[in-house]
Amino acid sequence: MLVYFIRRLTQSVVVVFLMAAIVFLGVYAIGNPIDVLINPEADQAERAAAIARLGLDKPLWEQFGIFLGNALQGDLGTSFVHGTSALTLILDRFPATFELAVAAMLMAILVGIPLGVIAGLYPDRAVGRIIMGGSILGFSLPTFWVGLMLIMVFAVFLGWLPAAGRGDTVDLAGVPVSFLTWDGLSHLFLPALNLALFKTSLVIRLARAGTREVMLQDYIKFARAKGLTKRRVVGVHVMKNIMIPVVTVLGLELGSVIAFAVVTETVFAWPGIGKLLIDSIGNLDRPVVVAYLMLTVFLFIVINFAVDVLYSILDPRVRLSDTKG
Amino acid sequence: MTKATLLMAGVVAVGLTATAGAVNAEDIVIGAAAEPSAMDPHYHNLSPNNAIRNHIFESLVGQDETQRLYPLLAESWQPLDDTTWEFKLREGVTFHDGTPFTAKDVIYTVCRIPNVPNSPSSFTAYTKAIADMEAPDDHTLIIKTDGPYPLIPTELSTWGIVSAATMGITGDIAFDRDGCTGIDSWPETDDFNNGTLMNGTGPYQFEEFVKGERLVLKKNPDYWGEVEPWDTVTYRPITSAGPRVAALLAGDVDLIEAPPVQDLPRLREDAAVDVVQGMSNRVIYLHMDQHDSETPGITGVDGNPLLDIRVREALSKAINREAIVAKIMDGVAVPAGELLPPGMFGANPLEPDPYDPAAAKALLAEAGYEDGFEVVIGTPNDRYMNDAKVAQAIAQMFTQVGLPTTVDATTKSVFFSRRNNYEFSVYLAGWGAGTGEMSSPLKALVASPIPEKGYGGTNRGRYSDPTFDAMLDEALSTVDEAAREAVLQKASAYAMEQYAILPLHFEVTPWAFRQGLTYTPRADQYTLAMGIRPAE
Repeated sequence: MLVYFIRRLTQSVVVVFLMAAIVFLGVYAIGNPIDVLINPEADQAERAAAIARLGLDKPLWEQFGIFLGNALQGDLGTSFVHGTSALTLILDRFPATFELAVAAMLMAILVGIPLGVIAGLYPDRAVGRIIMGGSILGFSLPTFWVGLMLIMVFAVFLGWLPAAGRGDTVDLAGVPVSFLTWDGLSHLFLPALNLALFKTSLVIRLARAGTREVMLQDYIKFARAKGLTKRRVVGVHVMKNIMIPVVTVLGLELGSVIAFAVVTETVFAWPGIGKLLIDSIGNLDRPVVVAYLMLTVFLFIVINFAVDVLYSILDPRVRLSDTKG
Repeated sequence: MTKATLLMAGVVAVGLTATAGAVNAEDIVIGAAAEPSAMDPHYHNLSPNNAIRNHIFESLVGQDETQRLYPLLAESWQPLDDTTWEFKLREGVTFHDGTPFTAKDVIYTVCRIPNVPNSPSSFTAYTKAIADMEAPDDHTLIIKTDGPYPLIPTELSTWGIVSAATMGITGDIAFDRDGCTGIDSWPETDDFNNGTLMNGTGPYQFEEFVKGERLVLKKNPDYWGEVEPWDTVTYRPITSAGPRVAALLAGDVDLIEAPPVQDLPRLREDAAVDVVQGMSNRVIYLHMDQHDSETPGITGVDGNPLLDIRVREALSKAINREAIVAKIMDGVAVPAGELLPPGMFGANPLEPDPYDPAAAKALLAEAGYEDGFEVVIGTPNDRYMNDAKVAQAIAQMFTQVGLPTTVDATTKSVFFSRRNNYEFSVYLAGWGAGTGEMSSPLKALVASPIPEKGYGGTNRGRYSDPTFDAMLDEALSTVDEAAREAVLQKASAYAMEQYAILPLHFEVTPWAFRQGLTYTPRADQYTLAMGIRPAE
């Protein structure tokens, strides 16, 4: 386990470094942030002064060197646009996105797994077909359009839920969260639903395929022969065995939901990090983009590691020590 | 996708009331298209920042909705001679913390403007003409300039006054261009964002700023002028246009800025919503490379045809400005004949060049280009209203007079970098006159690039004409208002005769809001709570 962990860590450091270099060069190649940031009325002298203030007058290798030196000390740079630490900007917004991602994931699991199991148990009945048909819709409707339709129906026509924003938050251990107030919950519901739609369809399909496969296994036949209730067979023996693929995919999806909930955040004006990323790319705010993507790489590494650990808990046949070789 | 959805949904929504979740009558929520990058009034010279700044940190001189100057923290001003100005400051004005406003605060502000850490675009362009400042008493300010400089009151309207005491100044300070005395350290932008230093004299006080989420202002009950009707004003950034309209229709917000052009007809029909619009100070123009005999974006011919005034005139006459305004801008624009809309200081006004494709062809033939040449028009596609669509229309119009034209449209960050590297022979861009008078566009877009004078900062067409530069020199050193306006009008007319640059149209800015409110449109496109009033 320890060897595995150390090897994983070394790989991760290399990945993070390469990522930083690629993103740094990539954003540099797009253009000069001053061209976007400066007021057009500024004259040539002010332009030169602003370029110098942001350190953009130095050669590229020197800028990258300074960035690396600071990054090693935990300073990922100061945003060109906001003038504050890039890391603080991202971390300030992280709770909003994390809350949204977790809410969406919970919806996907709580709705997707039961529906998927039902569809797997009764693949030829109407209920199974309807569930599968619905999941195709969930897959194929574009998030942007669904988001706008949700706003139109629930906010504009029915007036039940607010159209955009995050609503009231309360501090939970110093972190602002929405799900503890009614107003916050009502703001959270639509974007989470929007984000959950695709994931739910994914979970339904995984759970259905898993169920159909597991139902044919000998141990299920044995369990039924032993006279166990159907509820216990499905609830314990089937459930446990379909979870491996679901956990793998959901682990990866959680990472991507956190990192790239951009569309949903934009449609619902949700103050998360996805929106920050898009704005920062538009403004060529290199420190924020680089810091963001480095954090994303880090996040994926952590999630993958957590998934590996979960495997060994769910399935005794998988042991992390096996991957030593 | 957005458009189709909104239109579709919109057909059903007409007639429904937008009262769901309506807020208290004394509170206003604004759906903003862009968010200020910081609360620090001197950090970033950018429209959203400047709009918010106006609520909290007032300037000596104000700009009204058509950008005419009016007394704000200065009760009056006058030139004592060609290089000396006297400003009489308003008495009895207090900052939000109750301390009195004096000339020391103004001097401190001018000292601070060049000393904002990490500022991506500072206000130094508007303070560097100040050679010296003195305060004979608490409410008199003497400003000296190097030479005659008529724009002092205008430039003083662009930045807000902060409190010297709040910034930690206890002793005396003295102005010096190369570094003021009596100031040990400068405040950080972060301390404005968290509210510590948000102490101004404006009609609203700072309450809270959560980046990406909301900015809350509250009424200043002790304001020296008329106290505002709204208890709190909340700015919510909703950067995507479709959701911003939806938020208004759902009653989440009371007023939105920049509703998309394609949604305006249906917003106007909605009984629950009102729309106002007003002429902006922004002109959309075509710049043409007139630097050298080589130009990158024109092929099929030797040399640079744009150096020939007949070719530039032909391009202008090939453009059907009326059609662009009617068909592409849906009437939310006005054809332009010069670089500043009629009614603003220094505008002639001039008639837009008439659409005359026959004359354009004749001019091209006369110049020796009867076989035409190929043109590429550069344009951003996310900066101005329908920018890429307008460029497409112009490309077709050029093609019709025998110049096969294509459009090179990119996102604004890429476009501006390429433009500043002179990669386009013809490009479309826009100019908002921040000072609200003619010298702003002429100085930046038409004057020869002369860094020492600050001329030609955005003249990427590199038109260069000593006659024109001399006219601008004269305008910028004439202190008498009427004489200066006459010189500016003459200079503008001259630049248009030379076809130095082709103005296309002036943007008209729309705002949409719920029934029961009114909004006074502003030429600078700012959304100010001071312009929102309950409807009669």
